[in-house]
Amino acid sequence: MSEALDPREATYVGRRTDGTIIKRPMSPHLQAYDMLQMSSATSITHRITGGAWAVGTLVFVWWLAALAAGPESFANVQWFLSSFLGILFLFGLTAVAWYHTLNGIRHLNWDAGRGFDLPTMYRSGRAVVIGTGVMTVLTWFIGIIAW
Amino acid sequence: MATFTLPKNSTIGAGKTFKAEPGAKNVKSFKIYRWDPDTGENPHTDTYEIDLDKCGPMVLDALIKIKNEVDTTLTFRRSCREGICGSCAMNIDGLNTLACLKPIEDVKGDVKINPLPHMPVVKDLVPDLNQVYAQYRSIEPWLKADTPAPPDEERRQSKEERAKLDGMWECILCFCCSTSCPSYWWNGDRYLGPAVLLAAYRWIADSRDEYTGQRLDDLEDPFRLYRCHTIMNCTRTCPKGLNPAEAIGKIKQLMVERQG
Repeated sequence: MSEALDPREATYVGRRTDGTIIKRPMSPHLQAYDMLQMSSATSITHRITGGAWAVGTLVFVWWLAALAAGPESFANVQWFLSSFLGILFLFGLTAVAWYHTLNGIRHLNWDAGRGFDLPTMYRSGRAVVIGTGVMTVLTWFIGIIAW
Repeated sequence: MATFTLPKNSTIGAGKTFKAEPGAKNVKSFKIYRWDPDTGENPHTDTYEIDLDKCGPMVLDALIKIKNEVDTTLTFRRSCREGICGSCAMNIDGLNTLACLKPIEDVKGDVKINPLPHMPVVKDLVPDLNQVYAQYRSIEPWLKADTPAPPDEERRQSKEERAKLDGMWECILCFCCSTSCPSYWWNGDRYLGPAVLLAAYRWIADSRDEYTGQRLDDLEDPFRLYRCHTIMNCTRTCPKGLNPAEAIGKIKQLMVERQG
């Protein structure tokens, strides 16, 4: 934190009983708060999957660039993506994409002014988590059949 | 910029344990954040073993029992003991709430008590609230109208107009919600936070207020309003069952609507 620029710094100046100045501690936040509750857990996962999806698409760029570069380089990428590690990566990326898409719809609903009450928030959160699992497996199921 | 760790002077060490009196059967441990400016040491966690058979049902009852009978130096704010003053807002068992409304039996295992998160600590469970109060002042939380009030009577509202304020006037400004919001933790220097935005919408939604446009102008800012990412921790934690996230959503919608 660029501490000097944060006006909250002023509220961290305290005084002892004898009047001398002391820097106040910051109360615990991530260290004390329940971050695994539905609200914050689905939110941070949305950020992480958004970042992962953005980075993951670079692999598709690599795939396309290799395709343009010729059969030999393309075969290299194909070899990696069909290796165990490659398949694991693609499977993870599918889950990431589904989570970000489904939770994105949840956010669109909020932006449209719907679904703010707590029971709906919990229900939509559970739906996103379960939906991610189901859609990821289904995507691969259909993919394998088509292949 | 967000800093996820605590500053060097704020890391929490181990403290003392105050044992329950011998013969106590129904014992529960309260692990409480302590910091005394006079010692100059880092904060620590003290453990108090309390006989629940000789204690009231709420967490606040236990805190008062500790202060009266075990350790008079324990410092916390409290007043009404019935959830209307907002003084005893603190982090209990990982969530912000009012100690007077939190039943001890709702907590599984040890009762962990910390001050409201990411705030300057004055002493023990007492946080400095100057920043949130200043932010509350900044949204001018009072009726603003150029039309003079009718002589000898109040400004009138229909029942429907009045009903729009339900779920907002009940806010007691305990700031459980603002200090539960990660976005407020990282950007609280400029982001107003859920409690203050709920208060802002309370005046925006008031049919008697004539400064709705100016109020929206003041909120149209990447930080003041739009650091809300609909995390929903605020609504989850509100001890009064209010919905700050929804109020913020309504402000955002008004912003879109007036752009036409």
